Amino acid sequence: MANMTLTKTPMPEQDPNVRNHNFQEVALGYTAEMAVEEAKRCLQCKKPKCVEGCPVNIHIPEFIAKVAEGDFQAAYEIVTSTNALPALSGRVCPQETQCESKCVRGVKGEPVAIGRLERFVADWYRENVNAMPEKPQSNGIKVAVVGSGPAGLTCAAELAKKGYEVTIFEALHTAGGVLVYGIPEFRLPKAIVANEVRKLQAMGVTVMTDMVIGKVLSIDELFDEMGFKAVFVGSGAGLPMFMHIPGEALRGVYSANEYLTRVNLMKAYEEPSDTPIIVSKAVAIVGGGNVAMDAARCAKRLGAETVYIVYRRGEAEMPARLEEQHHAKEEGIIFKTLTNPTEILGDEEGRVKGMTCIQMELGEPDASGRRRPIPVEGSEFVLDVDTVIMSLGTSPNPLIRSTTPGLEVNRKGCLVVNEDHMTTRDQVYAGGDAVTGAATVILAMGAGKEAAAAIDRAMQAK
Amino acid sequence: MYKIVCKKELNPSVTYMEIEAPFVARKAKAGQFIIFRIDERGERVPLTIAGYDREKGTVSIIFQKVGLSTNMLGQMNEGDYLLDFVGPLGKPTEVEGMKRVCVVGGGVGCAIAYPSAKAFKEAGVEVDVIVGFRNKDIVILEDEFKAASDNLYLMTDDGSYGEKGFVTVKLQELLESGREYDEVLAIGPIPMMKFVSKTTEPFGVKTIVSLNPIMVDGTGMCGGCRVTVGGEVKFACVDGPDFDGHQVDFAELMNRNGVYRDREAETNKTHMCRLEKLGKELIK
Repeated sequence: MANMTLTKTPMPEQDPNVRNHNFQEVALGYTAEMAVEEAKRCLQCKKPKCVEGCPVNIHIPEFIAKVAEGDFQAAYEIVTSTNALPALSGRVCPQETQCESKCVRGVKGEPVAIGRLERFVADWYRENVNAMPEKPQSNGIKVAVVGSGPAGLTCAAELAKKGYEVTIFEALHTAGGVLVYGIPEFRLPKAIVANEVRKLQAMGVTVMTDMVIGKVLSIDELFDEMGFKAVFVGSGAGLPMFMHIPGEALRGVYSANEYLTRVNLMKAYEEPSDTPIIVSKAVAIVGGGNVAMDAARCAKRLGAETVYIVYRRGEAEMPARLEEQHHAKEEGIIFKTLTNPTEILGDEEGRVKGMTCIQMELGEPDASGRRRPIPVEGSEFVLDVDTVIMSLGTSPNPLIRSTTPGLEVNRKGCLVVNEDHMTTRDQVYAGGDAVTGAATVILAMGAGKEAAAAIDRAMQAK
Repeated sequence: MYKIVCKKELNPSVTYMEIEAPFVARKAKAGQFIIFRIDERGERVPLTIAGYDREKGTVSIIFQKVGLSTNMLGQMNEGDYLLDFVGPLGKPTEVEGMKRVCVVGGGVGCAIAYPSAKAFKEAGVEVDVIVGFRNKDIVILEDEFKAASDNLYLMTDDGSYGEKGFVTVKLQELLESGREYDEVLAIGPIPMMKFVSKTTEPFGVKTIVSLNPIMVDGTGMCGGCRVTVGGEVKFACVDGPDFDGHQVDFAELMNRNGVYRDREAETNKTHMCRLEKLGKELIK
């Protein structure tokens, strides 16, 4: 019997005033009863639109039907037949613009909570079964994957399933890319990422950390000396941008990447970490994306009394997910919209003591289709802060393109690829933020999956 | 895991180590650096490559025990393992097209100056070396520098060894005597690099300094190591660490390097227990 309730089954969360003092996961996940109840809201459409909205085309109604029956093992198998990393995507996907945006139940009421169900299935499996996958029969063909973020992990998983001998090269000391250095523990526990990497290793994937491709080995050497037959570049877009306003070199000004890396990868918030981080009273995060929300919520958890999001457009124009904005507000983050910094002020010792901002108003839409923010003359004011975190976006790191002859990039430094995700170098493929510029985890996973299929086709044709 | 295969104390606070890291050894060049991490809770710390043996697959580092991580590294011995050792990072020192250069090293910075001097020498460049130390007790690499230079000038602040005075005194003297250089390369404490740059400026001699800002990843993804050079923001880990000394904002670099000074002072107070614990683990 279908559950015709118009709203999603709520997912329990930590109380905002408790969670803003700890790094434990905010959303606690469905119980089995909640999952079954929510699964019954799915109408099992004959032509399911939700699948079209999923970049990795999970067989959504099929797995939800199994959840409704209480056969979680079967549901897990259906999900993982097309998506290698459901515990991750179930948590960090913007479902509201993807699968759930197409759900027929969303026409009147809320869509089925596909993301929460995907997460439940993955968590149930990890907690109750967690069998490591078997290593498939090797086909003897070596493929290198550069970068262990969502694109690289997905590509490696898909190729390993087909019997390729895959080696992932990661520059940092831990695999996971943005999943480990960027997205905080309270949104995506690192133990879950590590478990996914262990599963890949069980499938025969070799993970080499501390390997900066472009420095320690060039792409040419991967082919000529190491014997790889194809290379997938999933090196992301990790180069932070700054505003180039006075005072950006003061002590207390971070890029969001540095702040989040210190917090998430280096665990600067925990007592037994040797990596230091500034202890702040009042913090301004400049920017309005998901990364800005993450940095703000981390700053709050590190003990800052006042945390501002400073964004030059209005709240409606914010690129961050609504859910993230909502969570941030619940936790006491103050939104200063239509506000743009003009200068960071320092004390005589070179530390941040404030930030001059100017009020903005919205004019005509610009080339990107968003209304252009225009400064309001004479509206400057000073925000009392001791830390400023610049979260203005990132662009692809030039390391690989500058050391690989024949690799074409566009004006923004993004790798140029064809419909097969192949770059301008034969058998060098690329996907994720390295191609698109900063985008989403699930789009990177989709690109990694498609590139793996293209690599397989190319190798079969030989 | 990266094995420590050789350890020597060069003076009471400066240690030499050879680390087994074959991939890094294959590619390392003078002027580049590595990042090490001791264990799971360790921080990432950059150190310049002091030398390498491509056949043995080892990379050597020379470091001063100044804080928690370098003190812990100094406690480790031959046969112990470092958890992470990443490199080679940064751009190598440019040696092409030079006829005569002067390499200036200060204190433990001499460990970084040495491989560059050697690289110049091997490329057939005429090399003058000026090295400076506070006193006789902390002199390092004297024989190595002799072998890597045409003229070696060894200075001590107090005159207890070599000639008395700062490296800039000798450099000024050489420049005034009409000695011409295609380039002066200065590596050492920030004030020393700043004053070397000031010394060469009136003579119009190209001066390169090797900068040492705070780093986290060392691959260009965080900007923690940003420096202002000629009014532009550069990331020392990927654009450097070598920059035009006449263009560098040294005051800003000095300020930024003090960000965690309070925190470091605090951890140095409490770090003995961590050192002792590490000592026990290593004995096990």
